[in-house]
Amino acid sequence: MNAVTNLGILRCALVGTPNSGKTSLFNALTGSRQKVANYPGVTVERKTGVLHAPSGLCFSMVDLPGTYSLRARSPDEEITRDAVLGKLASETPPDFLVCVADATNLRLAFRLVLELRQVGRPMLLVLNMMDIAKRRGIEIDTDKLSAELGFPVVTAVAVRKGGTDALIAAMDDFALTRAGVGGVCSWKPPSVADLRAGQNEADRIIRAAVKLPAKPDSLTTKLDSVLLHPIGGVICLFVILFVMFQAVFTWAQPLMELISGGFDALGSFVRAGLPPGLIQSFITDGVIGGVGSVLVFLPQILILFLFILLLEDLGYMARAAFLMDRIMGGAGLHGRAFIPLLSSFACAIPGIMSTRVIDNRKDRLTTILVAPLMTCSARIPVYTLIIAAFIPNKNVGGIFSLQGLVMFGLYAAGILSALGVSFAAKQLFWRQEMSPPFMLELPDYKIPDPKSVGIGLMTRAQAFLKRAGTTIFAMTVLIWFLASFPQAPVGATGPAIDYSLAAMIGKAIHPLLAPIGFNWQISVALIPGMAAREVAVAALGTVYSISGGDVESAVGSLLAHQWSLATALAFLAWYIFAPQCASTLVVIRRETGSSKWMWITFGYMLAMAYVAAFITYHVAVALGAG
Amino acid sequence: MLRESPPVIAKHAALGRAKPGFRGRIAAIDAKGNQSGLSADELERRLIELGFVEGASVEILHEGLIAHDPIAVRVDCATVALRRREAMAILVV
Repeated sequence: MNAVTNLGILRCALVGTPNSGKTSLFNALTGSRQKVANYPGVTVERKTGVLHAPSGLCFSMVDLPGTYSLRARSPDEEITRDAVLGKLASETPPDFLVCVADATNLRLAFRLVLELRQVGRPMLLVLNMMDIAKRRGIEIDTDKLSAELGFPVVTAVAVRKGGTDALIAAMDDFALTRAGVGGVCSWKPPSVADLRAGQNEADRIIRAAVKLPAKPDSLTTKLDSVLLHPIGGVICLFVILFVMFQAVFTWAQPLMELISGGFDALGSFVRAGLPPGLIQSFITDGVIGGVGSVLVFLPQILILFLFILLLEDLGYMARAAFLMDRIMGGAGLHGRAFIPLLSSFACAIPGIMSTRVIDNRKDRLTTILVAPLMTCSARIPVYTLIIAAFIPNKNVGGIFSLQGLVMFGLYAAGILSALGVSFAAKQLFWRQEMSPPFMLELPDYKIPDPKSVGIGLMTRAQAFLKRAGTTIFAMTVLIWFLASFPQAPVGATGPAIDYSLAAMIGKAIHPLLAPIGFNWQISVALIPGMAAREVAVAALGTVYSISGGDVESAVGSLLAHQWSLATALAFLAWYIFAPQCASTLVVIRRETGSSKWMWITFGYMLAMAYVAAFITYHVAVALGAG
Repeated sequence: MLRESPPVIAKHAALGRAKPGFRGRIAAIDAKGNQSGLSADELERRLIELGFVEGASVEILHEGLIAHDPIAVRVDCATVALRRREAMAILVV
């Protein structure tokens, strides 16, 4: 390969330590022209984007997972190592590397840079967050650095407009003069002595080219004295979590009403415009009613992700892991499991995917095993529906609403069962093992970059909309079809659905579910509910032959007449545990690399759901709620 | 817990036993016989990757609620959280 033939599109990989601001730099360079996919065979996110430089050159950028070393201890870090070494079968090796370092925290970055230099690929170094470094009085002599390292060094401020101009100019220059002119790869996994020598060399270079102020960041010091205080810190963490969940339920309300109102209006508009019959029923009940009842939850999911992204960008997530490490350790969970489990309150899928930050396989498996027990946002529609229909809206003790307490109880049941299961898993599967170390850099606090948060939110929204448009849509169409065919014979007296395929299936599996108080309508709604939990709401709506109107409230008032309180409570208990999400199971299989863990998750969750619903139903009946 | 070690190392204190507010310098990394479940070699590598090398200045900034664990340590210009168990391998003066 030579530089000239490559000038069409140059492949450039961004490498750096965690918290180096690599992703915000990537966002600044590629803007919205980026694509997030997975590397084949693993669920490591592959972020690519295109940069059109003013010079006319075109760069294809890839943002590699952050790492401290090419030794690769986790699936993420393996991707980084293999991509840098050019060993990734699915990828053409990068033409050159752009190493990203946080200008305020150079020690660990420089050791990595020295290791990367051995790979022999053309590279340049970007000192990101230069504005913060200057404000703190850190002086960096980039010419001297460049002379010491033997490759170009530029500075950047990813979050400022024009802050990457110098970098782009350097990349242009680099492309014309050096891309493709690689050396020989002399990298091998570093030994203890290699690492120590590397760190000593990095420290020497820093002493030669960088002037550091005597004091660390005063804002971080002040904030940490509160946020990492042994008692105050834990209280702050719980206040933050409380505000987060409060926001999910209250801020989202007006938006949700707007969306559901929109779908209602659309439904009535279509109903008025189409002649009554199958097509009208398909579009209003099947498509608009089904998909609408799920899309309503977009605001809640986005608010939850907004909090998670902000806390992550702020640098707080590592602190949360620090505060929770010992508390979760009692249940056999690693401190780092806190972030994946918190994300699982939005959705278990990103939660399970973010367990990649846990390098120990057993800790990772335990976290994956319990992540689906966290009350994800897809359970919210089911909980809201049943609680509104069956739990009286009255005050308890003057300040708490009974409905709110039940909701809180369902969340608490999820968390407690997750702790119980992880404890049991530890005892059952890896009793002899010592718990692996917890070591984590606590980055300085930074003001979140609105652009990065925006791009992150947009990715989540797109994923959700895609799911609503494909899986959930397909399932609502299926349930509409099952509930509509075969049609009732002329002159039939009972409801039309009694003659449908749905009724036949529901009645066939009903005997299995009768002991836990479920009727055949629930039985049939659980089948499409396997695709996604929230589908059960739409399915119940269709099964109970509701057409038009606000699906949720209509189903709710109908259920209140048709179900006993015991059945409703058993249904709630079922939903705390039931593995009713095919996508989660598929992700577990992909993440763990075997079907075994998928089936273990499915099995234990199903068993817990059945037992919990059984006990709930019979206790409720005994207390007179049957 | 007493370890059999050369007298030079024995007079250094383990960072894992230090209290918040402690300031010092790293004298040596000795991960032999550590309780972390990692081999001595691997623990030493991980500590070095997070900047714990001889000569680096350390200061214990914070500790956790339960059993004073984990600890947040300032290592030169970065802050690292780790458990006391692993910090026992960091010998300081």
